[in-house]
Amino acid sequence: MGRIVLENVTKSFGDAQVIPPLNLTIEDGEFAVFVGPSGCGKSTLLRLIAGLEETTSGQILIDGEDATQVPPSKRGLAMVFQSYALYPHMTVRKNIAFPLRMAKMDQAEIDKKVEGAAKILNLADYLEQKPGQLSGGQRQRVAIGRAIVREPAAFLFDEPLSNLDAALRVGMRLEISELHNRLATTMIYVTHDQVEAMTMANKIVVLRAGHIEQVGSPLDLYRTPRNLFVAGFIGSPKMNFIEGAEAEKHGAKTIGIRPEHITVSADTGPWEGTVGVSEHLGSDTFFHIHNSGLAETITVRADGEVGFKHGDRVRLAPREDVIHRFDAEGLRIA
Amino acid sequence: MAIVAETSRFSKLSRPVLAWIVGLLFFFPIFWMILTSFKTDADAVKPEFLLFFTPTLENYLNMTENYDYWRFATNSVITSVFATIFALAVGIPCAYAMAFNPSRSTKDVLMWMLSTKMLPAAAVLYPMTFLTKSLGIFDTHFLIVLVLMLINLPIVIWMLFTYFKEIPKDIIEAGQMDGVSTWGEVKEILIPLAWGGIASTALLCFIFCWNEAYWTVRLTTTEAATLSKLIEGNRAPEGLFFGRLSAVSAAAVGPIIVLGWFCQKQLVQGLTFGAVK
Repeated sequence: MGRIVLENVTKSFGDAQVIPPLNLTIEDGEFAVFVGPSGCGKSTLLRLIAGLEETTSGQILIDGEDATQVPPSKRGLAMVFQSYALYPHMTVRKNIAFPLRMAKMDQAEIDKKVEGAAKILNLADYLEQKPGQLSGGQRQRVAIGRAIVREPAAFLFDEPLSNLDAALRVGMRLEISELHNRLATTMIYVTHDQVEAMTMANKIVVLRAGHIEQVGSPLDLYRTPRNLFVAGFIGSPKMNFIEGAEAEKHGAKTIGIRPEHITVSADTGPWEGTVGVSEHLGSDTFFHIHNSGLAETITVRADGEVGFKHGDRVRLAPREDVIHRFDAEGLRIA
Repeated sequence: MAIVAETSRFSKLSRPVLAWIVGLLFFFPIFWMILTSFKTDADAVKPEFLLFFTPTLENYLNMTENYDYWRFATNSVITSVFATIFALAVGIPCAYAMAFNPSRSTKDVLMWMLSTKMLPAAAVLYPMTFLTKSLGIFDTHFLIVLVLMLINLPIVIWMLFTYFKEIPKDIIEAGQMDGVSTWGEVKEILIPLAWGGIASTALLCFIFCWNEAYWTVRLTTTEAATLSKLIEGNRAPEGLFFGRLSAVSAAAVGPIIVLGWFCQKQLVQGLTFGAVK
């Protein structure tokens, strides 16, 4: 079980309130991702749930029980840190066994669980090595191993992949998703990378300055962002925002259109512009269009085969049915 | 390029030479003291630079027979060892708390502790003497252990604090998540990780305790008197007997020099730890 409820939780450091009153429910078995720009309070929120920071006010309930004053060791949660935080003086085996040894578990039982975790995480060959001898990805797997042997109510991940190189990051992302499918345990995952959030989460919590901007499934957030911030944060490349006459035509202060919802061609479409930088990814090409009179740059995602050059005049055709409309406060107009 | 190569060759040669000169300069007094300790008192006061003479063990025999060297030495060992143990027992939890759970006044407390070292010891000599006498603890091992521990505690806490600061906070927090108690954190994580630092702190503290002279001389008479007292006690009304004095001094600093020799690697490592990183 691992249902986590935050009720009116606040956190202040001195006079600075980093988390204003916040309510959030994470259901048992959910993969929740806290995402937001750096300094938005997502790590603080995770540390509040872990018990590594004390709440200033409000309640944290874990499986219905008030855990607000419970020390981290007694909350039944496991955490994977960005820096891995392995014990450098212990072998991999001892690292993974450590929480079990602290729980005074029987040695035979410990050995069984450590072997089991090592098998799941492909660490069987490294059990007698020290963390210093392992690669970044292996270290992160040890950290995950140390978390899973405890069979926690929930796993807390604090930007676990940001120290890994890009290729490894994609691999580990899949491994963690796979682990979630297999264990079906609640996971809370903090990241600033919206791609990680989109690909892994059941539920994304978008944070800005301690406020929850929106909670929803990845596709909810993609299709119906509640405000300009979420619209701009979710999706890559970023959504194009257009103000002025064009927006007024749609009865909005600002309209948003995603790069993948604009078709670029030589002669069809209501908008016009000049091709600036083109980014060729092979499968896709991102065109940055200038001088459209709508916004400084309009980004368009086109098929990799589309071949316009720098300086070409092109026409743009947005898909009318997926234009997002926002009012003067930046909120979505239904 | 040629100039660069030449300077580096020059420094390659000059550095060891300089190091040897400085080393010998520091070693000479010790060497001379040991040499003098094997001279007769008559030889010892001769004004000429006497490098060759008939060595004698008379001073050392005299010391062990008439002055009860071993009692002073035992006292030195007991007080230094226990003062070091107690200083660590107090210093480790203290430095741990300040390194990992700092409060707003942690910096001030650290500065305050250091400031106690700035108080001239002589200022509290009389109060200390009267106080300890009226408490009935004057000239006891307990008092000397207490005093040695207290005067070294600031430096012990400062050193440990610096070493503990080097340990990433994440590792301590991982321990908390893994269910260790506070004592478990210290025993399972902190001490193994900071072992080198703790060892060099202990070593330095022990050396300071051993060499301490101001209080050990003034707060003891016979019972708890250490080797410092023995040296001091060799002032005779008829003047100084250099041979005898040298023998006593050599026997007093001997153990600590041997200890320092064997632990020099740890000491240097400990003192420069964190400076280059």
